[in-house]
Amino acid sequence: MHILVIEDDREAANWLLKGLREAGHVADLAATGPEGLEMARERDYDVLIVDRMLPGMDGLAIVRTLREEGNQTPALFLSALGEVEDKVEGLRAGGDDYLAKPYSFSELLARVEVLGRRKTAEPVQTRLRVGDMEMDLLKRRVTRAGKEILLQPREFKLLEYLMRNAGNVVTRTMLLENVWNYHFDPQTNVIDVHISRLRGKIDKEFDKPMLHTVRGAGYVLKAPEE
Amino acid sequence: MDKANGTGATVEKTPAQTAAFAASIKRGRLRRILRTSTFRLVAVYLFIFALSVGAVLGYTYWQAQRLLHAQIEQTIAADVRGIAEQYAVNGLPGVMAVLRARMRKGAAAGGLYLLADPAGKPLAGNLPGLPAEARGIDHSGWLDFRIRVATPAGPRTRHVRAYYIRLNNGFHLLIGRDIEQLFQFGRVIRNLLFWVLGLTALLGVGGGLLLSRNFLRRIDGITASVRSIRAGRLARRVPVEGSGDELDRLAESLNDMLDQIERLMQGMREVSSNIAHDLKTPLTRLKAQAEDALRAGDEAHRRAALEATIAQADELLRTFNSLLLIARAEAGQARAGFSEVDVAEVAREVAELYEPLVEEQGGRFTLDVPARVRITGDRQLIAQALVNLLDNALKYGRHPERHPEIAVSVRALPERVELVVADNGPGVPEDMREKVKERFVRMDKARSKPGSGLGLSLVASIARLHGGELVLEDNQPGLRAVLRLPVRQNGGKGKAPGAA
Repeated sequence: MHILVIEDDREAANWLLKGLREAGHVADLAATGPEGLEMARERDYDVLIVDRMLPGMDGLAIVRTLREEGNQTPALFLSALGEVEDKVEGLRAGGDDYLAKPYSFSELLARVEVLGRRKTAEPVQTRLRVGDMEMDLLKRRVTRAGKEILLQPREFKLLEYLMRNAGNVVTRTMLLENVWNYHFDPQTNVIDVHISRLRGKIDKEFDKPMLHTVRGAGYVLKAPEE
Repeated sequence: MDKANGTGATVEKTPAQTAAFAASIKRGRLRRILRTSTFRLVAVYLFIFALSVGAVLGYTYWQAQRLLHAQIEQTIAADVRGIAEQYAVNGLPGVMAVLRARMRKGAAAGGLYLLADPAGKPLAGNLPGLPAEARGIDHSGWLDFRIRVATPAGPRTRHVRAYYIRLNNGFHLLIGRDIEQLFQFGRVIRNLLFWVLGLTALLGVGGGLLLSRNFLRRIDGITASVRSIRAGRLARRVPVEGSGDELDRLAESLNDMLDQIERLMQGMREVSSNIAHDLKTPLTRLKAQAEDALRAGDEAHRRAALEATIAQADELLRTFNSLLLIARAEAGQARAGFSEVDVAEVAREVAELYEPLVEEQGGRFTLDVPARVRITGDRQLIAQALVNLLDNALKYGRHPERHPEIAVSVRALPERVELVVADNGPGVPEDMREKVKERFVRMDKARSKPGSGLGLSLVASIARLHGGELVLEDNQPGLRAVLRLPVRQNGGKGKAPGAA
């Protein structure tokens, strides 16, 4: 994946670039707002990581400008401002995700990879398929290897999110935000229980598990390797 | 102030200097009074008032003049018609006879007449001679001129309006009226206008100065208090006169604001010392774990120690986030994001999130929620409050000899809504129920269980932000945490935060 990091803090930027490159991505750096805007215009990036506060040009302004020019490259805002309103402001400016500092790298990586995938995904889907698992979004039916799996509404939403991001790590925070629409972290890991219940329904009766735990990061749903 | 005199020496001020100084102060004060909004308002009002008085009087004057002039001209015209008839019938002698007859009757009812020969020599009438204005014109028409007459008080100039007729044989005939009264009347009106305007201006300026001085005095009082507060005397308050006028209302709002600031500062002071104290423990642990990782011989050990370090750092970050959230809730900023929230739905969603966890731990979870309970508030914050209460119940509400039972319920009362999370754990002793709502206060003195001691303070802050409160009760056995939220936000001050 080709990623542009627009961040003025040298140290944070280098740490980010190193991590992204280790994860197998190609990452460029822009240290100021105008420079970042120029680079984002010139090259076809898969994901932009944009700091909110930048010298020369505000991160919001960069993304807003790009969107006005018809550039739809997914953008993730990084910011020390972590309030819900700031998040809303960022998303309204055309951002696709928002992460408050300090963040853990695994959280950032998971979100960036999900965003990069989004760019290539077809716009409207009525059916999702991962391996031998199939989800019909209209009939709200899930089958694995032709066998129907009965899910609660929330479990359905959870599985839908995992299937849409199949192959990518999704973190607990991402699940809370996208499946439950909560923008805060509970002290206890409530998500784990929901995942293990879902796992009981989709993996238990089959030989090859699809829903895996990634230590220190989150979960990933992927087709079992043949 | 002495140095301001320029000499720098400590010379006694001469009376003249003192007077000049006092005058300069007065000038400064006057300048400030002239700049007050009250004075400006009075000045503008005065201007408009004077303008309208001027317009009314001016119009009256103009109308009256027009009317009187018309009347005089009609009178003269009637006279002219009479004499013209005589002239037509009896010729010049007839005119002379009429004029003589008029003279005999005294002042001829204010009429002024003159018949003069073609050379301008007067033949009859009471005008002393043909006025300059009548010479050299050869047609009939209106004339205005002045004559000098002898009065008991000496000679006076009088204004005359007359109709001039050039008779066929070159004789001049003037028939007019003394219009001096008309001029007098005009003068009176003009004087009146001058006096009215002058007096209005004088009263207006005086009144404006007086009103502004009073206003300025009170504003100065407020400014002085604010300056003194800024200089550090935080307990000072703005004076309130008790009249309940807009300045009093301003002073009261300022005082309310100062009270709020003082409370917040008090809270801040307590919190900063608490933070300093309570963050030491996790930071010390963090350092110990990092050192442990550094010392670790084998890879697995090091990895475990580093993971523990990260977990500890996450814990610290969570603490900071909670602190920030509490601070934000206390400051009341979040109220801007309030909208209609169905708390029953929020409770159902949170319950759905937690029910599996409670069951996983071998407990029983019950939910008792009406179909719909709408209030004005922040969905995220109310959900977070419920989540915190549930976290608390799960973490601290476990009794060693009982299966955990957690019950969530929502009760809609006419004025308020109660969200209840009850457990059957050890509960909180009565004397601790207020205390545990404060920041960093924990029942677990040894700090053996994870937790920041901020969970309940955040819930209490969220309750206060909504104008409600968090009440901890005995569930017999266990703890019953009741989050009371008013149905409607009373736009005003909201409830004053208690002990922060």
